[in-house]
Amino acid sequence: MMAPLPNQEEELTPGTFLRGLWEENPVFVMLLGMCPVLAVTNSTLNALAMGLATTFVLVCSSALVSLLRHLIPKQVRIATYIVIIATFVTIVDHVIQAISLDLYNALGAFIQLIVANCIILGRAEAYAAKNRLATTLVNSLGMGAGFTIALLSLGTVREILGSGTLLGYPLFGEHFQTWVVMILPPGGFFVLGAWLLLFSWLQQRRARRITEGEEIRVRGS
Amino acid sequence: MEADSLTFIFLNAAIINNFVLALFLGICPFLGVSGKIQTAWNMGLATMFVMLVSSTCAYAINKILIAWDIEFLRLICYIAVIASAVQLVEMVMKKYSPALFRALGIFLPLITTNCAILGLALFQTFREYNFGQSLAFSLGAGTGFTLALMLMAGLRERLSLSNLPTVSQGAALSLMLAGMLSLAFMGFAGLGGDHG
Repeated sequence: MMAPLPNQEEELTPGTFLRGLWEENPVFVMLLGMCPVLAVTNSTLNALAMGLATTFVLVCSSALVSLLRHLIPKQVRIATYIVIIATFVTIVDHVIQAISLDLYNALGAFIQLIVANCIILGRAEAYAAKNRLATTLVNSLGMGAGFTIALLSLGTVREILGSGTLLGYPLFGEHFQTWVVMILPPGGFFVLGAWLLLFSWLQQRRARRITEGEEIRVRGS
Repeated sequence: MEADSLTFIFLNAAIINNFVLALFLGICPFLGVSGKIQTAWNMGLATMFVMLVSSTCAYAINKILIAWDIEFLRLICYIAVIASAVQLVEMVMKKYSPALFRALGIFLPLITTNCAILGLALFQTFREYNFGQSLAFSLGAGTGFTLALMLMAGLRERLSLSNLPTVSQGAALSLMLAGMLSLAFMGFAGLGGDHG
């Protein structure tokens, strides 16, 4: 893994974007920004809207931080980042309210709570403050996409199991017994836990295969 | 109980609509600092204090914003107040209890990005609580947060002694535990109706 060293600008490579999707996925690997992940994923549409809103704030605030990185005094940098993020969140809040009031009500306070999403502040501090605009844009887009994918993978599972629908269209016959607990708070914890179990199982299996492969090669030589 | 009585607001925030287990606010410290009961207790107290300070300030700020008709600045003002309150707690704690300061580590400055605190300030504004109600609400939310953290820490202390399959260790197990706690707390839902 090519983690950027402090005070050293990263070159623009495919990894800059792809890292956010899998290797450093903010939700599944780094376990950041869990509150919206659990709270608004009771339907696919909510999950998608939340993912896009967060990506917008993430990309815009990272870009601004990257542009201003030589101007912001070190002592007040966190406060500056927070104000920048809060500005973009206010914009998103008003835009969503204007586009769809239903969606706005469904997401509730969680749009404004994007301010307190640690992914965004984490990106500003750990990446945008040290890198050029172009790499920052690509990297934060990747992170945003990774976050959206994570939200969607929870949202679809919970909607299918909990309401028997996908994006509002019924999938099963009308005799399908919905698993209501999945769209209630405990379901969020259970589904995310199940995803994490699956990933750690896959990772263990891969690690075991690699060691087994090495043993065979050692014996063969 | 009436929906706007102080007792109801306190119980509602602490148990019925527990901030962590029902509203999903403050999950990061809930998963991060719930390894030991002692640390969880201290973290809960620190968070409760910040909640109390920021809720009081948020109440005052909201009054000023409404008087000047600049409510769109609400979010920026709230987050600035919370960041200052956290800084205050950090300085006090560093001076009087350096051991505790070290134990909480990175999670102390991260109280700023604890959505439970910003959520508290936003909810009390949406629901138009008066000053007494805001205080009861923030105390209740703090109590609920501490309660959830302590319960989780107790469970995890016990589990660390037992023999688990390696796949389920770490975050996945914590989430499953949290799901079960959340199921248990859903039992309280009948107490309050849907005054969410």
